[in-house]
Amino acid sequence: MIANRRQDVILAGVGGQGILSIAFIIDNAALKEGFQIKQAEVHGMAQRGGAVQSHLRLSKDRIFSDLIPRGEADMILSVEPLEALRYIDYLRPDGRIVASSTTYVNIPDYPDKEKLLEKIREIRGSIVVDSENLAKEAGSSRAQNTVMLGAAAAFLIVKADSLVEFIRVLFAPRGERVLEANLKAFELGRRAAG
Amino acid sequence: MKKEILLGDEAVALAAIHAGVTAAYSYPGTPASEIMEYLVRASAAGKKFIAAWSVNEKTAYEEALGVSFAGKRTMVSMKHVGLNVAADPFMSSSLTGANGGFVVVAADDPGMHSSQNEQDSRFYAQFAQILCLEPADHQEAYDMTREAFDISERVSLPVMVRLVTRLSHSRSGVEPREARPQNDLHYGARERWTLLPVNARVQFRKILEMQTELVKIAAASPSNKLELNPDDRSFGVIASGIASNYVLENFAAGAKKPSLLKISTYPIPRDLVARLVEHVETVLVAEEGYPLIEKSLNGLFGIQGKKVIGRTSGHLPQSGELSPEIVRQALGLKALERRSLGDFRLAGRPPQLCTGCPHADTFNALKKGLEGYDKANVFSDIGCYTLGYFPPHNAVNTCVCMGASVGMAKGAAEVGVYPAVAVIGDSTFGHSGITPLLSAAAFNTNMTAVILDNCTVAMTGGQPSFATGERLLKIIEGVGVPKEHIRVITPLPKYLEKNARIFKEEISHAGISVIVAVRECLEEARKKNKKA
Repeated sequence: MIANRRQDVILAGVGGQGILSIAFIIDNAALKEGFQIKQAEVHGMAQRGGAVQSHLRLSKDRIFSDLIPRGEADMILSVEPLEALRYIDYLRPDGRIVASSTTYVNIPDYPDKEKLLEKIREIRGSIVVDSENLAKEAGSSRAQNTVMLGAAAAFLIVKADSLVEFIRVLFAPRGERVLEANLKAFELGRRAAG
Repeated sequence: MKKEILLGDEAVALAAIHAGVTAAYSYPGTPASEIMEYLVRASAAGKKFIAAWSVNEKTAYEEALGVSFAGKRTMVSMKHVGLNVAADPFMSSSLTGANGGFVVVAADDPGMHSSQNEQDSRFYAQFAQILCLEPADHQEAYDMTREAFDISERVSLPVMVRLVTRLSHSRSGVEPREARPQNDLHYGARERWTLLPVNARVQFRKILEMQTELVKIAAASPSNKLELNPDDRSFGVIASGIASNYVLENFAAGAKKPSLLKISTYPIPRDLVARLVEHVETVLVAEEGYPLIEKSLNGLFGIQGKKVIGRTSGHLPQSGELSPEIVRQALGLKALERRSLGDFRLAGRPPQLCTGCPHADTFNALKKGLEGYDKANVFSDIGCYTLGYFPPHNAVNTCVCMGASVGMAKGAAEVGVYPAVAVIGDSTFGHSGITPLLSAAAFNTNMTAVILDNCTVAMTGGQPSFATGERLLKIIEGVGVPKEHIRVITPLPKYLEKNARIFKEEISHAGISVIVAVRECLEEARKKNKKA
């Protein structure tokens, strides 16, 4: 990776967990900082409680493919631990995972949670955050996605201030309480990631 | 103008607005829905044009055709299989031609992310002998859609814009240009627009004569780009639309690239293709969808002294979506190093009905009502309820195309399938279920149609349904289903026994009956609450 010129991130989770909100915030922060962006996402049938992912590509240079090539993602940012591992073949050898430890169990054969977390921790530099409890602490159990965005903030090539700016843009129309919870969720995520 | 982040679909919609579209029509379908959603929002926000969902794609197409007849610019958008529904007016609209600029957007779904097949709409454009534009990125989606309106008026023909899921549902920055004013009203000539044989023959000859000019227009399009590498006479690539991105992705800036012809405007630009083929020995053809260019190049007997490879030769997979790594392999480059989980098996997470979804309650009651009938068959349709195929429901056994459930149940019932049950959503019923129900009522077929009225087009994100509520009940009665055999139920767990009994009663009725299960989609109810 040429430092700070480009970054490829796989965003992962289950339909309804707010992956596209994270994408919106990073996209707009990146555009403001002069990056080009491409961000492929999933709509339609798969959104109904299924696995969803978004390919987020940021670069100072021209981006060709909407999809990240397998083996080239710098980061997998996931709101769910099983979903973090689903895209592991996209990760480059020195790439990292930033994942929630909070499982979303809507299938009968969900694997053992500890084994999942162990697999994630095997990847050097990876970070696991308890998004459920932090989101509750922030005042909204729905803000787990923003907790995870906070946890990833230190590793993204866009500035944390720009992310906060677009957290405001996204959540301000939903009322003061929702906005405050998300700002706090972002901050708690950042701290949890150390 | 300022750069905006847009979905590929939205870039197309914005281009239509800036091209002076007066009216646009569509029926929801992944991955095309976001085009009309954007137009509806823009129209509601005060832009002066009509943006309307239609009852189905054929209706949408005909509405657009009326706009073009009136001299105004129009756009009709749909998913690939929607063009099958609109194929009748589509094929004949190349004969009437366009008066006001007429753009047909077909959004294909290679890989079948949310579709029942992966047909390639470029063949439809070829079939109707019209121009097809296949943008490779968001800026092209914007620029080429604008251009499509101009070309349409220049050649007096509809122009197709072909999208694929990865462009439709990807976001990127787009720089828009100043808007152009709308057209004035001016009617089409009656001898062109009345396709009696005497006129149609003349019009058809005209299209045939125009083909050379269309090829010239395609060849001159800046979207078709040929770059020859003078140092490499062995290997070259022809890539269409977004496949060209997957080729370029695999060559770092400054790296030596093979000769590359990007094709984004059809008919296939013959001269550009000839120059590339003359330059190299082996040509890789990478295209998203079916091997249209590859097969055209090879014909029946191939090109002497040249090797053309791609999907048909097995260098690229015959089905499914392309990706940077699939194309990388076909380019003969070493694969990137990847991580793997070794033996650790990940559970799949298929889509499923939302917790508390009314469809689940309808399926539970239906299954209970069918207890004791071991030869029952449930024919299903296109919508969220198709997820009733999966466990724990295992409730449906077919899904083919919009409206097929009703016709298939009738046919099956007539040859001895009993009970024959059709399950169809309210919007799908409005789209293509009314006519087969009319037929079943006319024959008083021994079948039961279950219409799941959740008051919306749920699967595609909650667009308005036309055949819902009171109007739905009137339609059912209007096509001739006896009133006493139109039953309305509320699919809730507490009514399971009662609803199952109603299913049993209507299944045992030896004739047509319809059960309407009414309960609003949870997702839509949630959205409404949020707004309130």
